Amino acid sequence: MKELGKEKLMAESASTKEEVFSLDGVNVYYGDSLAVKDVSFPIYKNEITSLIGPSGCGKSTILRSLNRMNDLIPGARVEGDLQYHGADIYGSDIDPVQVRKIIGMVFQKPNPFPKSIYENVAFGPQTLGMKGNLDDIVEEALVGAALWDEVKDRLKDNAFGMSGGQQQRLCIARTIAVKPDVILMDEPCSALDPVSTYKIEDLMMKLKEDYTIVIVTHNMQQAARVADKTAFFTVSSNDEEGSRTGVLVEFDETGKIFSNPADQRTQDYVTGRFG
Amino acid sequence: MTSSSVPKRSRSAMDASAAATQALYGASDPGLRIRSIVFRSALLLSMTVALIAIIGIISWAVVEGGQRLSLGLLTNNPSSFRPETAGYRPAILGSFQIIAGVIALIIPLGVGAALYLEQFANKQRWYNRAIELNIQNLAGVPSIVFGILGLAFIVRGPLDMGFIAAAGSATIALLVLPTVILASREAIKAVPPSLLEGAMALGVTRWQAVWKMVLPAAAPGMLTGIILAVARAIGEAAPLLLVGAATFVTFDPNFWEGGYSALPVMIYQYAGRPQDEFHVLAAAGVLVMLGLVVVVNSVAVWLRAKYERTW
Ligand SMILES: Nc1ncnc2c1ncn2[C@@H]1O[C@H](COP(=O)(O)OP(=O)(O)OP(=O)(O)O)[C@@H](O)[C@H]1O
Ligand SMILES: [Mg+2]
Repeated sequence: MKELGKEKLMAESASTKEEVFSLDGVNVYYGDSLAVKDVSFPIYKNEITSLIGPSGCGKSTILRSLNRMNDLIPGARVEGDLQYHGADIYGSDIDPVQVRKIIGMVFQKPNPFPKSIYENVAFGPQTLGMKGNLDDIVEEALVGAALWDEVKDRLKDNAFGMSGGQQQRLCIARTIAVKPDVILMDEPCSALDPVSTYKIEDLMMKLKEDYTIVIVTHNMQQAARVADKTAFFTVSSNDEEGSRTGVLVEFDETGKIFSNPADQRTQDYVTGRFG
Repeated sequence: MTSSSVPKRSRSAMDASAAATQALYGASDPGLRIRSIVFRSALLLSMTVALIAIIGIISWAVVEGGQRLSLGLLTNNPSSFRPETAGYRPAILGSFQIIAGVIALIIPLGVGAALYLEQFANKQRWYNRAIELNIQNLAGVPSIVFGILGLAFIVRGPLDMGFIAAAGSATIALLVLPTVILASREAIKAVPPSLLEGAMALGVTRWQAVWKMVLPAAAPGMLTGIILAVARAIGEAAPLLLVGAATFVTFDPNFWEGGYSALPVMIYQYAGRPQDEFHVLAAAGVLVMLGLVVVVNSVAVWLRAKYERTW
C-alpha cells in the first residue's frame, strides 16, 4: 500500500486555520458533459463546511471528487487542482483506495451492510487489517457515533432491524472505525425524521473536534445550524449549447452567506425566493 | 381542482383521454369487445395445448412405467435379455458423476465470468461488449452443437480426453455455462450499488468489497441459477451421445476412464428397442428422471424463497 506521500499530506501548517482541501479551478466531467466548472474554495480543519444549492448543481459531484468516489463512475473525470494537505489527490502517485480510507463518506440513504451491527462496524478495520482489539475498535466507534448505549445489548442483531436514524449513525460509526481524517456526508439527514436529524446534527458538532466534515444539504436551517463555512452552488445553463453546468457562486462564513451574501443569487436562494 | 377551472386546451385533451379510456374498457364498441374475447381465447387455447402435452407425457409415463417403479430399477444393472429385472444403475451413477463434474466446473467459471463482466469489465471497451453479446447468443445455441464441439475439442483434438465421463461433464458444463453466467449476472445486478459504494468508501479495494459484500449478497440468486442449469443438464442427452455416452454400459462407470452412460441416454436406448417390456422400462426411467428434476427444482425454489431479500 502506498503511503500517500505522508509527509506531504500531513504537512504542518503554522496558521490556526489549516487548509485540509484546497480546490482551484476544478472541473468535473461525466463523459463529454461538463457537470461542474471552475470551482475554487478551501476546506478548513476541524470545521464543518456545507455545500448548498439547487438540485443538479453538482454538490454531490464535488463531494465525491474529494475522496475519488467519482472513480467508480465510468467516464467521470476531474480536471484542475484538488489538493489535500498540499498533495494532489489526483496525482499519479496517489492510490485512490488509500484516499478513501483517509477521507470517509456517509451517503444520503443509510446503507448498512446486510450483516450484524457488530460486523458492520468491524468490516472496515478487519478488512484493512488495522491493529488493535477489534471489540475495542467497534465499541469506540459506536460510542463516537452516539449509538453505543442503544445497541450494546444487541450487537449481534441484523443492522436492518434498526431505525433509519440509527442506521445512519451506524454508517457514521462504520466510517469513523477506520479512523479517517475527513468525513464527507451527502445529505445524511434527508431520509430521516426531525428527531433523528437533530441527533445527527448534534453528533456532527461533536465529531468536528476530531474530524473535518463536509456536508451536502438541502436543508437551509441545517446548514445554518451546523456549518462554519458554506459554499453555494447553482446551475448555469448555456442556451447556445443547451448544456447545464454547476458553478460555485459564493463561499464564505455561514453567517455571512445567510445574513449578508455578496451575490444576489445566493440571497434569493437562502431566502427561498429561488426559481 | 374543479373542471371549470381547467384551461380550455387541457380540457379537450382530458376529454380525448377519457374517451380513449372508455373505448378500451367500456362495452360501447362491440368490435373491440369481440377482438378482446378472441384474443383471450387464443391465449387460453395455447396454454391448454401446452398443459395437455405435459399432462399427457406424465400420465403416459405413469401408466406405462408405474408398474416397474421399485428400488431394483435404481440399483440393478441393465440387461438386453431380461427387461423385467433390468435397471438404471450405471446410468444413474454416470449422471451423478457428470453432474458433479458440471457443478465443479460451472461454479468457479460461471461466477467468475459474471463477476468480471458486472464488476470489473469496462463496458466502454468493445471487446467486453462483444463478450457479453456472444454469451447471450451462446445461451441459445442448440445442444447438439455443443456435442460436436465436445467431440472435436474435448474428446479428440487439443484435450484428447477420450470417451469418458469427464469429457461428458466438460461438454455439458460448456452447454449450461452461458445460462449460469447470465443468471449470475442478474443476481449481481440485483445487489444495490450502495453496498459496493459503502464498502469502498471505507478504503477497501474493489476486489475486497466485491468478495466480502457483493458476492455473499448475490450468492442465493446465483445458486438458484446454478441449480436450474443443473436441472437442465440432467436431462441433456443429445450432446452426450456424441461424446461417448452412447455405449450400453453394464458396469459402474469411472469418471476418468472407460465407458459411461447417463440417465436420458439409457432411456433413449431402452425406448429404441422393439420389445414392449423395454418400453415399460423406458417409461419408468422417465419417471425417475422427472422425480430427480422436480427435487432439484424444488431446492431452487426453496432457496429463492428462503433468501429472498428486499433492499
Ligand atoms: N453518474 C452520472 N453520470 C452522468 N451524469 C451525472 C452523474 N451523476 C450526476 N450527473 C450529472 O451531473 C450534474 C450534477 O449532479 P449532482 O448529483 O452532483 O447534483 P447535486 O447538486 O448533488 O443534486 P441533488 O441535490 O439533486 O443531489 C447533473 O446534471 C447530473 O445530471
Ligand atoms: Mg446530490
